[in-house]
Amino acid sequence: MPTLNLVQAINDALRTAMHADDRVVVLGEDVGKFGGVFRATLGLQEQFGDKRVIDTPLSEAGIVGTAIGMALYGLRPVPEIQFADFIYPAFDQIVNEMAKYRYRSGGQYPCPVVVRTPFGGGIKGGHYHSQSNEAYFCHTAGLQVVVPSNPYDAKGLLLSAIRGEDPVVFMEPKRLYRAAKGDVPDQDYTVPIGKAKVLREGQQVTLVTYGAMTVVAMEAAEQAAAAGISAEVLDLRTLVPLDLEAILASVEKTGRAIVVSEAPRTGSFAAEIAALIGEHAILHLEAPVLRVTGFDTPFPYALEAEYLPDARRVREAIDRVLSF
Amino acid sequence: MSVSPRPGAALSNLPEMYREMVLVRELSSRAVALQRQGRIGSWLGSEGQEAAMVGSAHALEPFDWVFASYREHAVPLVRGVPVVALFNHLFANVDDNARGRNLPPEYTFREVNFVSVSAPVGNQALQAVGAATAAQIRGDRTVVMTYFGDGTASQGDVHTAMVFAAQLKAPVVFFCQNNGWAISVPTARQSAVPLVERAAAVGLKGIQVDGNDAQEVLDATRAAVDRARSGAGPTFIVAMTYRLGAHSTSDDPSKYRDAAELARAEARDPLRIARAQLGLSDSEDEAIRAEARRAIAEAVAQAERVPRPQAIELCDGVYAEMPWHLRLEQQEL
Repeated sequence: MPTLNLVQAINDALRTAMHADDRVVVLGEDVGKFGGVFRATLGLQEQFGDKRVIDTPLSEAGIVGTAIGMALYGLRPVPEIQFADFIYPAFDQIVNEMAKYRYRSGGQYPCPVVVRTPFGGGIKGGHYHSQSNEAYFCHTAGLQVVVPSNPYDAKGLLLSAIRGEDPVVFMEPKRLYRAAKGDVPDQDYTVPIGKAKVLREGQQVTLVTYGAMTVVAMEAAEQAAAAGISAEVLDLRTLVPLDLEAILASVEKTGRAIVVSEAPRTGSFAAEIAALIGEHAILHLEAPVLRVTGFDTPFPYALEAEYLPDARRVREAIDRVLSF
Repeated sequence: MSVSPRPGAALSNLPEMYREMVLVRELSSRAVALQRQGRIGSWLGSEGQEAAMVGSAHALEPFDWVFASYREHAVPLVRGVPVVALFNHLFANVDDNARGRNLPPEYTFREVNFVSVSAPVGNQALQAVGAATAAQIRGDRTVVMTYFGDGTASQGDVHTAMVFAAQLKAPVVFFCQNNGWAISVPTARQSAVPLVERAAAVGLKGIQVDGNDAQEVLDATRAAVDRARSGAGPTFIVAMTYRLGAHSTSDDPSKYRDAAELARAEARDPLRIARAQLGLSDSEDEAIRAEARRAIAEAVAQAERVPRPQAIELCDGVYAEMPWHLRLEQQEL
């Protein structure tokens, strides 16, 4: 089984999907001959031709709007938005159009577009190459929001997304594009959307996380273990629809929950998870649900390391819930 | 540049187009009345724009696709949608094919490739280019027509759509109904140049037509559709017309538009022009109008009897399968 990094796994998924189904097309900025600025579409145009791997003019609204029309017509477009920070010109097309077509047409026009976009910090990108803006999409009825954290899941989740009947915002933690490596089967396989995964079992506290923060949560859990504390790490993998069952199963066991996310805190998806745990598991809780998140500031440049949650901050939160 | 009707051109489509123009005039004015009576939610009238709508729609084949704005009420009718289906939508009843989920002018008719209308203006132009590109990828002969108004022409998405379409040589026709007014702002305050001049800048063919002459609209649109179908590229048509009524049932044009301008526009009413071209007598004309009134009245009566959706349907159809959180929320109904 080949060892791939996360961006290679995305490339593998796209190739697999395009090979299996000629309705699948890729479009975006620099996705053709160049293979995308992160190389996620490397070699696809060479293999599938410039009708199925389209270098578009430079307009995010144009990329997503065009992809929507393609999906309505019956294709399975996978547009790439070069950075999630640049997705806002396409926001109207995503929230008012792509997300709403099925509902507003009474099911006559499903709109199975998968918008792929790298997101999150950790690459010294400043506030226009680092944002974690998933909350906007989680708040939008009609969208699925998927965030892989490792190469195996990235391939399987992307194949599920492309083959699903609903529009998906597929957010790729760019910090892990090359850092995360793992075995990825050559074969065609899927990982189901809406299912979380326990990355590490533990008894005293649950770290609920996703994307690049899984690495931070795992590091914190290991440090905690060295101090005699047993922490469980749950990788959500999909934010919408959320695997609440998995969250509750873990929290009911541990009695404590910390949500670790690099997005700004106020109005965040971390807040939604905390609210759900409060609504559904209050009698199992030994301590308040805490959030370790990015700050309610623009994403900084020089102070990036301070902005992003790290193992120290997660450890402090673990200490707080255990000593509550 | 302007396309004139071919001298001596056969007016073979005109009798049928005139009946449709009368029908949609009656439909729109009836919808305004229904709104005033509190029987439907809102309406965006199309009075004065019948020739532009009907003439352009006649240029399309049944397998072609339409991405319209909220002011092309004639287009689904010309493409064969029964009047009652429109009124089912206006009354947001359970026979509405979108189960009452949208405002009256935001309908969908997949059976005639008429894609859902949305209110944020201009979004549809990009989607039309996408559908046209998809048709191209598939090797289909489909042409995609997208409609928008003069105000919408200022939107970035429309400009981007034109840039994409020209670049991709997509089989698409951009049809702008320039009705003189973007709610209360006249076209002259929207654009420093005639809209049609924008075509050259992005590599489209541009044509301006008399949008109140149905035959002229049909001829020009047919040429653009043929051009798109042959692979020669997209065309931008600007049909010069006039919004005789209000922007919407929430608007009062007497606050910003002078009566003399309206009187001049009424003299160029497209129904009047078509009737003169056909040489209809008063009694012939009255028979056509009476038939339209009867068809509309019958559709209204039928649609108004159909019940509205049940509360339990509120959470349906957001996703292919209802996720757990909507099932939970549904229990609060």
